[in-house]
This record gives sequence, structure tokens and C-alpha cells, in this order.
Amino acid sequence: MIKFFLMVNKQGQTRLAKYYEHVEINKRTVLETEVIKSCLSRSNEQCSFIEFKDFKLICRRYAALLIVVGVNDTENEMAIYEFIHNFVEVLDEYFSRVSELDVSFFKAVSQVFLSTWQSTGVVLIR
Amino acid sequence: MSDIVEKTLTALPGLFLQNQSVGGPAGVKASFSSRLGGLVRGITALTSKHEEEKLIQQELSNLKATVSAPATTLKMMKECMVRLIYCEMLGYDASFGYIHAIKLAQQGNLLEKRVGYLAVSLFLHENHELLLLLVNTVVKDLQSTNLVEVCMALTIVSQIFPREMIPAVLPLIEDKLQHSKEIIRRKAVLALYKFHLIAPNQVQHIHIKFRKALCDRDVGVMAASLHIYFRMIKENPSAYKDLTGSFVTILKQVVGGKLPVDFNYHSVPAPWLQIQLLRILGLLGKDDQRTSELMYDVLDESLRRAELNHNVTYGLKALTYVIQQDPTLALQHQMTIIECLDHPDPIIKRETLELLYRITNAQNITVIVQKMLEYLHQSKEEYIIVNLVGKIAELAEKYAPDNAWFIQTMNAVFSVGGDVMHPDIPNNFMRLLAEGFDDETEDQQLRLYAVQSYLTLLDVENVFYPQKFLQVMSWVLGEYYYLLDKDTPEEVLTKLYKLLMNASVSSETKAWLIAAVTKLTSQAHSSNIVERLIQEFTISLDTCMRQHAFELKHLRENVELMKSLLPVDKSCEDMVVDASLSFLDGFVAEELSQGAAPYKPHHQRQEEKLSQEKVLNFEPYGLSFSSSGFTGRQSPAGISLGSDISGNSAETGLKETNGLKLEGIKKLWGKEGYLPKKEGKTGDETEAPPVPQESIIMETVDQTLIKKDQCQVLTQSKEEKEKQLLASSLFVGLGSESTVNLLGKADTVSHKFRRKSKIKETKSGETTSAHNRTCSYFSSSSNATYEDGYYLDTLQDRGDKELNKLSLNSGLLDSESLTELPSVEKLSNCKLSSSPSLFTDNSMEGFQPSQSTALSVANETSLAASLLEETSEHMHSDLVEVCHNETISLSSFKIWKDDCLFMVWSVSNKSGLELESADLEIAPAENFKITEQPGCRLPIIEAESIKTFQYSVQVEKPFTEGNLSGFINYQMMDTHSVQLEFSVNLSLLDFIRPLKISTENFGKLWLSFANDVKQNIKVSESQAALPSALKTLQQKLRLHVVEIIGNEGLLACQLLPSIPCLLHFRVHGDVLALWFRSSCSTLPDCLLYQCQKVMEGS
Repeated sequence: MIKFFLMVNKQGQTRLAKYYEHVEINKRTVLETEVIKSCLSRSNEQCSFIEFKDFKLICRRYAALLIVVGVNDTENEMAIYEFIHNFVEVLDEYFSRVSELDVSFFKAVSQVFLSTWQSTGVVLIR
Repeated sequence: MSDIVEKTLTALPGLFLQNQSVGGPAGVKASFSSRLGGLVRGITALTSKHEEEKLIQQELSNLKATVSAPATTLKMMKECMVRLIYCEMLGYDASFGYIHAIKLAQQGNLLEKRVGYLAVSLFLHENHELLLLLVNTVVKDLQSTNLVEVCMALTIVSQIFPREMIPAVLPLIEDKLQHSKEIIRRKAVLALYKFHLIAPNQVQHIHIKFRKALCDRDVGVMAASLHIYFRMIKENPSAYKDLTGSFVTILKQVVGGKLPVDFNYHSVPAPWLQIQLLRILGLLGKDDQRTSELMYDVLDESLRRAELNHNVTYGLKALTYVIQQDPTLALQHQMTIIECLDHPDPIIKRETLELLYRITNAQNITVIVQKMLEYLHQSKEEYIIVNLVGKIAELAEKYAPDNAWFIQTMNAVFSVGGDVMHPDIPNNFMRLLAEGFDDETEDQQLRLYAVQSYLTLLDVENVFYPQKFLQVMSWVLGEYYYLLDKDTPEEVLTKLYKLLMNASVSSETKAWLIAAVTKLTSQAHSSNIVERLIQEFTISLDTCMRQHAFELKHLRENVELMKSLLPVDKSCEDMVVDASLSFLDGFVAEELSQGAAPYKPHHQRQEEKLSQEKVLNFEPYGLSFSSSGFTGRQSPAGISLGSDISGNSAETGLKETNGLKLEGIKKLWGKEGYLPKKEGKTGDETEAPPVPQESIIMETVDQTLIKKDQCQVLTQSKEEKEKQLLASSLFVGLGSESTVNLLGKADTVSHKFRRKSKIKETKSGETTSAHNRTCSYFSSSSNATYEDGYYLDTLQDRGDKELNKLSLNSGLLDSESLTELPSVEKLSNCKLSSSPSLFTDNSMEGFQPSQSTALSVANETSLAASLLEETSEHMHSDLVEVCHNETISLSSFKIWKDDCLFMVWSVSNKSGLELESADLEIAPAENFKITEQPGCRLPIIEAESIKTFQYSVQVEKPFTEGNLSGFINYQMMDTHSVQLEFSVNLSLLDFIRPLKISTENFGKLWLSFANDVKQNIKVSESQAALPSALKTLQQKLRLHVVEIIGNEGLLACQLLPSIPCLLHFRVHGDVLALWFRSSCSTLPDCLLYQCQKVMEGS
């Protein structure tokens, strides 16, 4: 099960966040800060899967944009890893070369994409 | 048409663009930059968190003003919503906009609606109260002819929907499963998946429809249904074995590329679908050879086609799973694993350690644990430490090569794991030391080594050990210091004293320390330090410490006692604890004979207290009782007496004073008393198998071999060689090709420290039960005595006024022996004099049979005891004549039993002649199930006698008013048969019983019930107060008062046999707001009707 989907930039600012489990708003900020910290500190050579508390983070970096997906123990990391890429490909196609600002401007659009693809935390596409 | 709709659907995201401009992304940017864009840019430009906060707060206050302004158009609102979403996403509270998001979803056009729904799904959570406002909109949109609206509604349902409102939309969504558009079908399946997640029971009936979805011609619908199946199969794999074939076929088609090309992802056909299918097959095939065989082909095919990606962790994980099945496989990857071990990425390192943990055996343990400890020293995260420490301790215990190593490893574990580790670790360690293994000398050496190493550790100045470690140390030193063979423990006492004076030591640890001191003192009592210590701590502010110090002080005065109390090396001896406190029996008997109240367990006292309170407050009969001063009799158990409290406190006091004495009998002092080692080891001789001596020797041989190896290889001094060496030491014992594994002993897992199995002592158990018997005897006999007293009082008090009234009932009942009807039977047992307290309260009379029964059986104490448990109390109605003629009179009354309504018709023969073939027939009635009680059908009614017919009535569905009709036939001697008709009214209230639940359960049930009815009732002034309303409800409707909070009350009842109904009510001036909820759809309505009637009538 996917717990949350995050898009952040290099500066650690959240660009897009979607939670599939309810998290208190003030806890979100704390969680995001921790997650971003642990992901940004990693170099490209390091592994993309991080065990974080009792769940797993899968992060993937596209230029200045970092996508982090939090999943629970039963989820397949590889599947999510590829899913992130698929998502970015679609955005790329839609915006004909996606950039960070695209995502933040069209967060509503991206949210629609996300909600169409995933529902209650399961990957649905294809 | 449908094509157009589909295009609209796919272009939905595009709508955002069209609305803003038509110039494609570039143009959109321009128009967006005005509002959201500006905000985003502004935030990006900022450098500090503080500035960002300021900007957003300002933005939020602007937005707040805009959204609440009446002039704001929906279009503007949509724009605001997008910005609100952004603000909330950044972690700022935008709750003022929630209601507007819902409004937007209700009122907007397509695009605005979409944004509204989106905002709702992002803002709210499942239990948010505002979500209820959305339900109507969703229902409306589900019925819309516009497919986009239907789609949006389905999407929101599958994302967020209040569980209790599921029934409102469920039929609509079920319909959508047959929709002609696949996207609607798919979304409907997803919505049902959501329901299955949050309320599986509500969608149980449509499981068969899921099968249709699985066979859907559209892949998307089928894929969506897989998620439901995954959940269902996970819960109950055996129920879906028949679908294995279908899943295999689907996977075959997917793998074989039969799906549309759209589903390919980088030329892999539908990878996520494959994963989901494989998961399902995994569940189905688990532990089932036959089912698994069906899958082999396709699994093979999938594996062959799968391209393995080399993300190292993933590979490691996979390997970890694989080697659990077959450790030798790890050998092939030795070098890779070694590489990973030195990987700069700590995550990969940890994953590697996890793998190593799986392959640990007696031969590679030292190397692996060393690696783990290295990692442990580096890591700071608590979660990792706890996890790793547990693993090390487990491995050390299992495979430790020698004592020194074991103790040192455990020392490392304790000092690093400290106070975060699982408490089992130190406990297990101490138990291990105490119980020892199979060889006594080995044990002693281990203990000795532990003592020595702790002494060295304590020698080091200015080192702070975790509290848990100190506790372990103090226990070990206290228990096994004598092994050092020193004359006096002065040295260690000094150390312990130092620790005790240390401010950083917690008071719990201090208790352990002083326990150790006490034990040591018993071995050498003339010690200055101990004296100083006693002086210091007898004036300590810590009560616990003071207590310990005093104990120590007094024990020192009696050396013999102290020695016997704290024997050397006896921590494993069994302690015979007289848990039954049998030595008090004499005392108890004496007290009881002098009139003390018997001991009642805590829970019983509480129950009685509760029931007493209730009786005092609400119950009709209870009120009356209290007025005549007999509240004590009202407890359901029938033994609650006036001397309750005083008796109990005497009992507890008694226990306490003797508690000290009791402790004197124990052989152990201090904290370690709670260690499970107390359980004893009586079964040692039989249980423990002979020591596998050879294996230990061989292990040591192995170890030396490794060392030799190391020496040889080190001379070559090449980095690569080192790694190989490490590999050889790590993978030793895993496979036959391993060089070190010459002895071929790889698979012998010799548990170094074999724990002794424990056999529970049965003896003390027996004593306890025997004691219990005595106890119950005491209580029951004394109860009986007390009942006698009360019975007399009651009689005197009540006088004659009831006798007249009762004569009819008891006369009637007396003439019968009704075994099926315990209450009535008890009545007849008691005869007139002890007849129950009947008094009229609106045609209901309550009586409590249990006490009165206790009277008549006072000499049969065992029976009395059994009746005490039977706290049942049945109320029954007045005897009402339903029909009569010159010969007979037929009366009936109702007995409201706990599980059904019991109707009794009694036929009294007024004539002096015998009646023949008397028969009572009840016509079958709608809503009711009537069962005749056996054994009451005698065709002859003798002259001047009474005969009863009994029926139990069950209700089949809720109703407001019901009627039972029937007729009675009889024949006088030689005359024609006479038939008399009659009918009896039944009210729903006849079938309502209080439902005794806790507030917590009330809350749970409340949420799970879908049917509710709300109504406000105007009541007269006198009724408006909460207590009186409550009283009415409780008396007339037989509702159970769960809790009263301020001016609100929670009540619960059930319709027989077991349909619960909950009532929430609130008093507002002279208005009662009633809110019923139930699992049955009609029950709330019916109850409301009754409720209104009662409130108006009173």
C-alpha cells in the first residue's frame, strides 16, 4: 500500500504531496522534513530504497526534482520505483518536457493524474 | 455519443488549460502566474522558513476574506481552492476553506466540481464530520446522466467516504458495475474495493459480482478487481482456490503479450498487473502443493521474461529471501556480499547484515557478530539499534563459541542497546546465567567470568552505563560474587555504594543495587560500608529505598534468618508460595463466626456497587425498595449487604499486615523476584539431553582452523585476499565447497546455551483450588444466613398489604410445577410468605427471585452458590382476564424474559365439573414466531382448578402494534364442545430489552449502524429535565443507560432476539432531540413511535 506521494525540489520545498492515509497536518510537515532530509542526503550512487521507521521510502531523482513514495512493508519497491518513472513520463508527455515549475503550477492537474492512477494507495495503471 | 464522452474524460485534465487559455502550456503559465503562479514563485524566491510562513499567512487571510465574501463567484472560488490546496500542502492550516470545497463540489460546473472534489479529497479525512455533507452531492452525481459527473463521484467515493454512509450509495454503485462504459465499471469496482477495505461486511453480498468484474472484457476493470481479490484471498485463501485457474490464464495472457499495446511499459507487458497477479497466486499456492502445480508453467514463463534490474538493495533483499530456503545459494554471491558489506551506503550495509544474520551458524558467528557490532556502534537511529541489538543477542545466545566471547558480546549489547532494547534481552540473559546449561563447571566458569568482567567494567572511572546494564550487573554481582572466593565482599560493596550515591542512577536501578548489597551482606555482615549505607538510606526521601534500607538493617540483626533468607546460589530453587494463604484459614473462620462479612473479590464488589447505584437511581422497583430501606437486597447477586465496605476493608487490611510476614517466607528479595526463573526446573533430570560434547570440541577445532587460515592469508597481504578471507570466514559452514568445512559438520546446529524447559508446578495450583472451595463455602453459607435475616425483616415490613394481591398469583402458580419457567418455579417454592415484592408501576411489576430463592434453600449452600450467579430478574405483567363465560375464565400475563417474551394463559375452571379436551390454540400471526412450551397440554381440567398454557413469542420483524389471537376449546362432561375466542395486544416494548454495553462499545456500534432516525419531541416542563426524561425512557422503554454526559444521554437496547438499537438524546429546553440508530432499518422508526407515545403519555 502506498502511504504518500511527495514531490520536492532540491531546496527541500514540497511541490506536490498526496497522502493516502490521513496524517495530521502538523505531523505532515515534520514527516516531510524528515523524509526529505533522509532522501536528499543520498547521492545518486546510493540505493533508492530507504527503510524509514516502520515503512519504506522509494525515491527517484529527476534533475532538481525528487520524487519520494512512502509505502508499507508489503509493497514491492521495484514496482513503485518503475511507477514513479511512469508517472514522470506521462507528465513529460503532457507538458512536453516537464519542469519543476510545471508541476507546481499544475499541481491540480498532477493531482488529477495521481488520483486517476492510484486509489486508496494501490497502483492501478496498466 | 459515448466516444465523445470518452474524449471528454481523457481530456479532463485539459479542461484546466482550456479554461485558462488555449495557447498550450506556455500560454497557461502566463495566466496562472497571476494567482497561484505568483504564490508559487513568491515562495520559491524566499530563502527562509520564516518568510515563507509570513507570506502564506498573509495569503491565507486574503483567501479567507475572499471565500467568505458573498460576491465570490464559483469560478473565483475554484481559483481560491487551488491556492488553498497549495497552502495546506505546505503544512498550513486552511480548515476555513473546507466547507467551501464541499460547496464547490455541490454547485459548480464540471471543472469547478472537479476542483471541489479534489480539494475535499485532499483536505478531509474519513471521519471528518463535514464529509457527511458531501454524501448528497455524491448521490446526486452518481445518478447524473453526465458520465463525467458520475466518474467524479465514483472517484471521490473510492478515495474518501464516510463508512456509515455506505448504504446510501451502495445500490447506485452496484448498478454501475453493469454500466456500458468501462471507465465507469472500473471506478465502480474501485469504489467497492474501498468499501471492502473500510467495511467488509457491507459488501459481502456482492462477492459474486466481483467475479463478473474479473471476467470483464476490459483489462482495466479486471485489473481493478484484482485488488479486491487480493484482499479477500489474503483473508481466506481456501475459499478462492477454484479461481486459481482463472488467475493463471490471465497471467498467461499478460505474459504472452495478449493485452493491448497500451499496457506495455518499456516493452514489458503490464508489469504492475503481473505483480498483482503473482501476489495473488503466491497467496493461493501457499502450503498447497496441488494448487501450486497449476502455476509452475506460468511462473517459469514470467521469470524467464522478467528483466532483473540491479538495484543492489533489491538484489540483496531477494537473496535474503532466497537463502532462507537454501543457504548454500549465498556461496555463489560471496564476493558481492562482501562488497556490499563495505559499501558506503549504510542502508546497503544493513541489508547485508540482515542477510548475514540469516546465514549465521556456530562457525561464522564471531565474524558476523563483529560486523554487526561495528555497524551498531556507528548507527544512531533508535529503531535500527533496537532491531540489531535483538539480533545480536539472539545469535550470541544460540551460537556463542565460548564464555568470554559471550559475556563480552553481551556487554557490548547492553552498553550500546542500553535502555532502548527489548526487556527480554537482559531478562533472558540473567535467566541463562541462573539456570545454567547442562554442565555445572561450565556454568560456574561463565558466571565467574561475568562477575570478573563486571568488576573490571565498574573499575573504569567516569563511564556511564545504561540503567539496564547496571541492573544486570548488580544482579550478577549479588548472586555470584561468592564465586570469586574472597573473604569479604568489601571491594564490590564499595563499588555498589558508589553507584548508589550516584545521582545519574535511576531509583529503579538503585533498588536492584541495594538488593545486591543485601545479598552480599548476608555473606559478610560486618561491613562499615553497609552500616554507612543503612544510615544514609534510612533517611532517604525515596520510600522504596528507605524500605529496603530498613529491611537490610533488621536482617543484619538476625544473621541466621538472613542466611536462610538469602542462601547462596539458590536463585533457581523453587519457592513454595502458599498462594492460598491457608495459614489464615483459622483466623478467617473465627472472624466469620463473629459475624464478619465474607470476602468478596474486587470485581464483585464493584458490580454490586454499580447495580446498587442504579437501583437507587432509576429502576422502579428499586426506588420503592430504597424507600423501605432494603436497597441491599436489590443487588443482582443477592448478597450485597450493609456491612459491605467495612467487611472488605478489614479483609484487605488483614491481607496487608500478613503480607509482610508472607514475604519473610520467600527466599528472595528485591526486584529480581519477578524474573521467570521462579517457575522452577523440576523437570531437569528428565528433560535435558546429554551434552553434545563432541560438537563443542569440533567447533573449537573449526575456530582454530579459521585462525590458521587467517594467518596464512595475511602473509600475502593483499586487499583482495583479505576479502576472500572474510568471505571464507563468513560463509564457513554453508556449503560443502567451503574449505574450512572439512569436518562436514556444517549442518549441526548446536545450541550452545540450551535453555532448560520448565515444568509448571502443579502442587500450588491444587492448593489454590482447594482454598477456593473453602472460600466459596464460607461465602455461600454466610449469605444464606444473611438472607434469612432479611427475609424476616421484609415480611414484617411489608405486612399484609400485598398478601391479598398476591393470593391470586401465587395460588395460580402454586398449583403448577413449571420447570420451564424458573422464575415461576421459584415463586412457588417460596410459598406465600416469601412471595416476591410486587408492586404496580404502570402495569409492570418487577420481582427478584434470586433472593427469595436463597431463603428456601438456605441449608443447601451449594445450590445457593449456584443461584447467586443467576442474577436474572424477569418482570411480568398483571394477570388480565381476556375472556370468560360461566364455566371458565381465561387470563393471561406476560413474562419479559431475557431472551423472549413468555406468554402464560391460565384457564381457571369455575364450575364444579371436570372439563375435558381443553385446548388452547394461538392463531399464527404476522411478525411473530410462537412456540408452545411442552408439557403443559393436559386435556383435562379438574373442577375448581387452574391450568396454564405457556407460549414463548419471538418477534420476526419490528412492528409498532401487534395482536395475538386464539381460541380455547373445552368440553364439559357429555356436552358439546365450547369455543371461546380471545386476543391479546402486544407492543414492541414487549420485545425490547436493555442492552448493557460500555460507552466505548456504544461508540463503535454507533458508527457501524447505518439506519438512523432523528426527531425532536416537545415535552412538558416536568419532563424536560434530563433525569426525568431518562427515567421515563429507562422504565417505560426498558433502555439501558450507557452514559450521561452533560445534557446528553446514551442509551442502548435490543430487540429480541438480538437486534441492537442505540439512542442518543439531548435535552434543549423543552425539546428532546432523539437520535436512534440500529442495524435494522425499521427498528428506529418503531422505537421512535413508542418513545413519542411514552413521552406524551407521561
